[in-house]
Amino acid sequence: MLQITDVAREPRLSKALRFRLLRATLYWVGFAPAVWVFYLGFTNQLGANPVRTLEQELGIWTLRFLITTLMVTPLRDLTGISLIRYRRTLGLLTFYYALLHFTTYMLIDYRLDLQAIAADIVKRPYITFGMLAFAILVPLAITSNDRMVRRLRGAWAKLHRWVYLVAAAAAVHYLLVVKSWPMEPLVYFAIVAVLLAYRLGKHLRRRRRRRPAAA
Amino acid sequence: MLISHAPLIRPSEITPRDVYLNRRSLMLGAAAAGLSAAMAPRGAEAAQLEASPSPLSTDEEPTALEHITNYNNYYEFGTGKEDPAKNAHTLTTKPWSVKVDGLVSRPAEFDLEDLLKPVTLEERIYRLRCVEGWSMVIPWVGFPLSEVLNRVEPLGSAKFVAFETVMRPDEMPGLRAFFNVLDWPYVEGLRLDEAMHPLTILTVGLYGETLPNQNGAPIRLVVPWKYGFKSIKSIVRITLTEEQPPTSWSKQNPREYGFYSNVNPEVDHPRWSQATELPIGQGIFAKRKPTLLFNGYADQVAQLYAGMDLTKFY
Ligand code: HEM
Repeated sequence: MLQITDVAREPRLSKALRFRLLRATLYWVGFAPAVWVFYLGFTNQLGANPVRTLEQELGIWTLRFLITTLMVTPLRDLTGISLIRYRRTLGLLTFYYALLHFTTYMLIDYRLDLQAIAADIVKRPYITFGMLAFAILVPLAITSNDRMVRRLRGAWAKLHRWVYLVAAAAAVHYLLVVKSWPMEPLVYFAIVAVLLAYRLGKHLRRRRRRRPAAA
Repeated sequence: MLISHAPLIRPSEITPRDVYLNRRSLMLGAAAAGLSAAMAPRGAEAAQLEASPSPLSTDEEPTALEHITNYNNYYEFGTGKEDPAKNAHTLTTKPWSVKVDGLVSRPAEFDLEDLLKPVTLEERIYRLRCVEGWSMVIPWVGFPLSEVLNRVEPLGSAKFVAFETVMRPDEMPGLRAFFNVLDWPYVEGLRLDEAMHPLTILTVGLYGETLPNQNGAPIRLVVPWKYGFKSIKSIVRITLTEEQPPTSWSKQNPREYGFYSNVNPEVDHPRWSQATELPIGQGIFAKRKPTLLFNGYADQVAQLYAGMDLTKFY
């Protein structure tokens, strides 16, 4: 008995180690774009309007990580490739990027001009949507550790479903930032729409399957 | 119009600002010596222009040429800020003619050279405020639009001036896009008194040289007290009308962009504030500065709008 568990523990440990290594790598790779744009910004290589470029780069990376996070489930459903173990890391990267994006806006762009920021949040729909997305991300990030998962149990999954609203708000935020209707925000909007529609479809199918059984 | 010798400095002109301005044109003159007197056949090959300093210039430090020519809104060449610098070289700017018609007694189609022959080019260092909340200071080279309008003799019934940008899908990738961001060709308009105002210029140059294509070569409008999109680029037609002409951005979204589009910190764009602006070219620590009514040209232009409700006529 003792021998068997010892043998079994060996590969399990190294598997855990491999997971931790991969997760650390994901963080490093994930933060690379932020390090790179801040480096370009502080060395004056972001062109004519570096403040806005910085803001935009961090914003678009936030959205990219958000979309990547939301792709984990459909990827598993459709191809069997499961990155579920890395979903939390992707979600946290989304949050950290949103935090950097928001901080850039507050500190570098508006220099903590709280009056102007407050006016922006109330009066500008694109800032309102951005704030909404960010405000929801905060509790999701706080409750993303194992302890909270255990403590909240069923409520945890329910809480984290709010990420769908984050995605919708972020996509609208991007559409409203730009003048006219250029291509990129529409493409991102479409991707988010497909990912949310996928969830909705799955949810409806599951409910339909359940209902006859209950009747 | 084109330099063959450096302009003379009259001693009477020597006050600190004039010294600065003259030093600028002197440098232009020196650089031009020995250059052919022909206009650049293409915007890419900039030619020197002789321009006299103007008392209407601001004494603020101009934005670097690099930024003025690499941060442009010119959607015919793409919606990204750096797209025009990348793509606009395909525009053929020679030969170029501008048709001036409508309610005038002497309509004409001017070859660009003929249009420029009788005018004296001036350097006008103007502030430029974009509706997106950023600003530059640009040393334009141009002449008052009124000189062209006077040449064609507007009729008494003329109340407005309409402008049109060239439309060439084969030279403008933005016009071949999947769907149109704007209804082409780009059109703009001014009230006749705004068009006749001495600050309103037709512009052929920048930093003492012919305009780069991405800045609206070979000839564009500059109206410094209005948001940048009013200053229409690469003009092929100017039409005097009795009715207020349609303008591209207000056609696209009438609630967000009005006909007047005067710079006004009190009248917010529905999607962003106009109270402050971010100056271009000052790096990551650029400080926002308050936007001024009529972009700081209120003394010269406010009387054009006396009695008008600027929140209604935005
Ligand atoms: C989850 C949250 C958010 C996401 C995913 C997001 C995403 C984006 C994206 C994709 C852009 C456009 C980038 C581009 O033009 O290439 C953007 C721009 C911007 N966002 Fe956000 N954003 C979020 C939250 C916020 C918040 C909380 C604020 C501020 C209160 C904010 C302020 C801005 C600003 C000021 C811009 C630049 C606008 C401009 O180009 O002038 N965003 N964001």
